[in-house]
Amino acid sequence: MFAEFGYGILVVAFLVALYSVVAAIYGATNKSASLVESARRAMLLTFPLISIAAASLIYLLVNDHYEVSFVYEVTSRSMPTYLKITAWWGGQAGSLVFWSFLLSAFASAVTLRKWERDIEFLPWVIVVCSVTLIFFLGLVIFYENPFTRFWLVGGNVEPHMFAPLNATLFTAQDGQGLNPLLRHPGMVIHPPMLYLGFVSYVIPYAFAMAALITGRTDDRWIRLTRRWSLWAWLFLSFGLVLGGRWAYDVLGWGGYWGWDPVEIAAFMPWLTGTAFLHSVMIQEKRGLLKHWNMILVILTYSLVIFGTFLTRSGVLSSVHAFANSPIGPLFMGFVSLSLIVSIALVIWRWPDLQSETEMKSMLSREALFLLNNLLFMSILVVCFWGVIFPLASELFTGQKITVGPPFYERATAPLFSALLFLMAVAPLSAWGHSTVQTLGRAMWKSAVAASIVTVILFFTYTSKIGALIGFFLVTLILFVTFQEFWRGARARQKVQGENFFTALSRLMGRNRRRYGGYIIHISMALMAIGILGIEIFQTSTQGLLAQGEELEIAGYTVKYRELASWDDAGKGVNFTRATVDIYENGIYLGELNPRIDYYFDSQQNMTIPGNRSTFRDDLYILLVDWQPVSNMGATFKIYVNPLVNWLWIGSLLFLVGIIFAAWPDHDPAEEPVRNVRRVGQSSAAD
Amino acid sequence: MKKILLTLALTFLLSLFTSVVFAQDPTPSDDEVNAVASQLYCPVCESTPLDVCPTEACRQWRDLIRQQLADGMTEDQIKQYFVDNYGARVLAEPPKQGSYWLFYILPPVIILAGAIILFRSLKAWTKPIAAPASSGAERSEPSKDEYVSKFEEELKKRK
Repeated sequence: MFAEFGYGILVVAFLVALYSVVAAIYGATNKSASLVESARRAMLLTFPLISIAAASLIYLLVNDHYEVSFVYEVTSRSMPTYLKITAWWGGQAGSLVFWSFLLSAFASAVTLRKWERDIEFLPWVIVVCSVTLIFFLGLVIFYENPFTRFWLVGGNVEPHMFAPLNATLFTAQDGQGLNPLLRHPGMVIHPPMLYLGFVSYVIPYAFAMAALITGRTDDRWIRLTRRWSLWAWLFLSFGLVLGGRWAYDVLGWGGYWGWDPVEIAAFMPWLTGTAFLHSVMIQEKRGLLKHWNMILVILTYSLVIFGTFLTRSGVLSSVHAFANSPIGPLFMGFVSLSLIVSIALVIWRWPDLQSETEMKSMLSREALFLLNNLLFMSILVVCFWGVIFPLASELFTGQKITVGPPFYERATAPLFSALLFLMAVAPLSAWGHSTVQTLGRAMWKSAVAASIVTVILFFTYTSKIGALIGFFLVTLILFVTFQEFWRGARARQKVQGENFFTALSRLMGRNRRRYGGYIIHISMALMAIGILGIEIFQTSTQGLLAQGEELEIAGYTVKYRELASWDDAGKGVNFTRATVDIYENGIYLGELNPRIDYYFDSQQNMTIPGNRSTFRDDLYILLVDWQPVSNMGATFKIYVNPLVNWLWIGSLLFLVGIIFAAWPDHDPAEEPVRNVRRVGQSSAAD
Repeated sequence: MKKILLTLALTFLLSLFTSVVFAQDPTPSDDEVNAVASQLYCPVCESTPLDVCPTEACRQWRDLIRQQLADGMTEDQIKQYFVDNYGARVLAEPPKQGSYWLFYILPPVIILAGAIILFRSLKAWTKPIAAPASSGAERSEPSKDEYVSKFEEELKKRK
């Protein structure tokens, strides 16, 4: 009953969304406020409707309704209730419902705002959100229905939504269970965070399209969606970081990022989103780059849909799987259509999007931000090409090829280094005008300090040139950014007569975006330390050890003590856990317990490392194999990952920085229109 | 006859020596196997290097690499063996030959084109503006300032 009910509600939501599009377009073109209002209410109605459908699905998941194919695929009786709920987004059909649910929630939240000054945007924002919603609901209703049930038809079990002729409902005894890799807490939160990020970007895009359609091409749309963009960025970033941590904890290969197409699918909208965050500031401060900002927001939206397509259409495992899957071509069609329509709108409004002022200097902050955009777009080109080329190769030549980390690392390392350098320079340049002399004056102390640190590192830590360049850039960013905090707080201290810490907290509180941005820069520098550590200094060894035998690596000694294996019937898991003793230069540090969990329901292994984490390095031990009969030998793979902890510390600080910048204090939309500042001046408010 | 005996003895000794060397040649370690396996990708699983892939097929492939190393095959020969048997997809990136060159050439070309467009645009945008007086705080380049002021001084002197 819940299956039919849930499906029926989804169909109603689909029809309501369709109505909202028609009503909004008709209302806007005929200037009928009542029709637009009706469209707004229809948009609002989709949220409770999809929520009810989602609640039906969760009910089925939690109560072991194995007659429903989706429930059968992603849950099993041994799974705890919270995992049964999160299995909602653990499979294709459910995740598309989840997408729709989030989109209707965000679109409803937007339509609930006060629209007085911006009422002409409203119908077109509804249109864009509803069209996207219709697309996803359409996929769910017609192709990936999570409410499909099993029917016994002439001795065969077939999945159908409604009972075929002479069929009886078939209920499996137990489900297949969620892929054990997806049962990790990081993976429970990782997809919703990514989806939150993905879906949030629909809102700035909707406003951008509304601005193009209505011809109101000033920066109002940017001001209205500034916070949305930041929150979208926060969620997407958090999703990426969680994905990295999950990979490190669960995938058992000693790393956090494998340049896998699925990872890149989520990374690409982050790249354009980050470029957009910087680029909108140029439009806000200087009235430049209106075309470019439109293109960036369009690209971000398209990459969000494209990323969902990559992970949901099966195209990555095989082009043929994509061709046979009905949703693959639909996704491609939707991405192409939205891209063509959006670009056509930009071309139509091209003359209205002219810059209000001119660029004055190649070293001004806006010029450096543009360079930053070029670098982000270059990384995007590398990523996009790396994902697309294997697909094209398979499609046109039938040859499957792999594009793995070596290509991406070689291609992006100089681009990331250049970004780090910009991160150090750009905060010191002024809007409007900067020269080599002004930048040099502002930077020389930090550059000297960074050079001294690099020389010390050369004599004490490493002579690898790549690492030294990386450490120089990182320390330069840290010194420049701390100097900026210091300079701002000291200036305020002098003027206001406050003590240093009051001055600093008030300075930051009143310039959230700027200082939030600086916190993010510091966090990026810390993350870069972790990345340099694991990429350049990682060492590993592997060996078969009998009990009491040892392996040596980077000053550590790992001694195999014992192995235990037992079944936990309640959890439906067999645990095999090794105990190893760790020594460093002869000093006992403690024991670690790498293990392998075997899940009976899904018949899959999960490799859980034993990890000893310090600020200096991680000793990361995997149990690769063991001799079950003699219980005498086990194979271990051991990694020493120097400095990797700084990646996670940086990630946490990164989130703090974004939340600090995005935290609501006052309505940014109420800020005065661009302050036409005197050229050559910078301000603490930027 | 002596020569023949000597040759036989030498051959015998040499064969003993070589067989001893062969017998002492240790089985390649896991690290040596992984050094090659990490450069190859599982032909079955997506985007998984052979050294960390947990499937049975990959375990067998690692054993094969161990055997090939023991047989004296070089890293390149082993890689070529896998390419011949499973296709270019086992390599971490496309081979730098034939139409695959497109893969390596296109990104730098696009990035370079982007950079050229950006710098040309920047140059065009930063052309000296016509009416500097419109904005009092605009800084013209110091050399021009000096030049203009000197020029004006000269003019004053001539008056």
